[in-house]
Amino acid sequence: MGIIKAFKLGFDYLKYDEDGNVQDTQRAVNDVNLDIEAGQFVAVLGHNGSGKSTLAKHLNALLLPTEGTLWVDGIDTSKEPELWKVRQKAGMVFQNPDNQIIGTVVEEDVGFGPENMGVPTEKIWERVDESLKKTGMTSYRYHSPNKLSGGQKQRVAIAGVMAMRPKCIILDEPTAMLDPNGRKEVLEAVSDLNRREGVTVILITHYMEEVVHADKVYVMDNGEVVMQGTPREIFSQVETLKEYRLDVPQVTLLAHELHKAGVDVPEGILTTEELVNALCQ
Amino acid sequence: MIRDITIGQYYPADSVLHKMDPRAKLVGTLVFIISVFVFHTFPGYAVATIFLAAMIILSKVPVKFMFKGLKAIVMLLMITVVFNIFLTPGKVLWQWGILHVTEEGLKLAGRMAIRLTYLVIGSSLMTLTTTPNQLTDGLERLLRPLNKLHVPIHEIAMMMSIALRFIPILMEETDKIMKAQIARGADFETGNIIQKAKNMIPLLVPLFISAFRRANDLAMAMEARCYHGGDNRTQMKPLRYESRDYISYVVMWAYLGIAIVFRIVGI
Repeated sequence: MGIIKAFKLGFDYLKYDEDGNVQDTQRAVNDVNLDIEAGQFVAVLGHNGSGKSTLAKHLNALLLPTEGTLWVDGIDTSKEPELWKVRQKAGMVFQNPDNQIIGTVVEEDVGFGPENMGVPTEKIWERVDESLKKTGMTSYRYHSPNKLSGGQKQRVAIAGVMAMRPKCIILDEPTAMLDPNGRKEVLEAVSDLNRREGVTVILITHYMEEVVHADKVYVMDNGEVVMQGTPREIFSQVETLKEYRLDVPQVTLLAHELHKAGVDVPEGILTTEELVNALCQ
Repeated sequence: MIRDITIGQYYPADSVLHKMDPRAKLVGTLVFIISVFVFHTFPGYAVATIFLAAMIILSKVPVKFMFKGLKAIVMLLMITVVFNIFLTPGKVLWQWGILHVTEEGLKLAGRMAIRLTYLVIGSSLMTLTTTPNQLTDGLERLLRPLNKLHVPIHEIAMMMSIALRFIPILMEETDKIMKAQIARGADFETGNIIQKAKNMIPLLVPLFISAFRRANDLAMAMEARCYHGGDNRTQMKPLRYESRDYISYVVMWAYLGIAIVFRIVGI
């Protein structure tokens, strides 16, 4: 069994009236099946309101499924006593860097997770040093988070998750509020962790360029997983993606248009070099 | 500009007082405040002055910072002194109409002035040498016994430190909203006080909404990182007493002893 496995996962948002009775239910996630292997870099794509953030919150047991089951490293997330274990195994990084940093000094924030887990003081320092090094933030350890750039703040947040030694990290649109430089910085840090430390990464995003190097891509629409496969398989279906209101990377789109116009290039081109090679053959 | 504002009035320097454990400093300040009220004669105040002066020298904080805190209480100080001088009955030294100055009145006024001034200087000496975070940590540890009375000390301390972290963020946000509203024709400058207060509504409503949203996000982020209150929680930087803290406690108690002896002997 993979590190994360979902079986017929469903979740309803409930709307209550003034007396606390359920007034309305809204299906946010419907019949989702996932099977993610340890060490993979998985991307989840979807436009706004497609249910991808709701799904992400399930992976960390912040939300519990209304229907179906979700296992994180073999633990059923709906089992209350296992809650903290699940959260330790699957760390989560959110969209807004300002709203997830708790400490007033970088190193204190990184130590927040281990403190909550009851790790002894000396071991906390070891973990903090280690994860600051892994995310390249060691030189900022005494800084106030307020003085850092967006990309740096997100790296601090990632370091804070890494200090809990999770098996996988879930990033819920970590780059949505960053400038291009910050985005690059955060993505590099994440793929570094995936390659060097073997951490399973689940990246939720709507930037297509970020998922080109993923091992597997899930596309969500209306709460359901509508497409899954390698980036190449997904991006070769440009027309279907457009139906789900998603854009493909510019190079892929160019290759697709050329293909349609009769030029001999394959579908599913992901990078500029690939297109150059295909055209120069 | 709004970004650079410091919270509290911490003055960074490398001194014994800065390095001292915040618990010792809190207790020390309390001892000093008590002593100011225990002393009731001028030789006693001389001892308090020497003690305070020694602490100021040890703290390496420029003296002018000590007096900054006094500005806030100047009015209060004046009123107290004036009332005490003119309204205390006793041996009349000088009289003009219904106003009379008595010997007891002068003494009482002097005493009150000294007490108030020393109280403010003493406590600003503490806030000048301790970061807000250290203060929260110190308070949390000192008040821990209240946990037995089901007072959520850890939670209160956590709230305080989160509030401190979010002050600059919310300030920046206020600045942003203000500019956005001015660009849409809002007026924060003109009108009388009531109108000005009313004009603040387009600033406060978005600010509150965004603060609630932030609080929601932060709560989720804290839960995602396994936060579940103070139980079974370890600390990255636990407070530890060192030899200088024990020495400071000895000095403190000796000083309080002197104050009590002075009181009993009646000097």
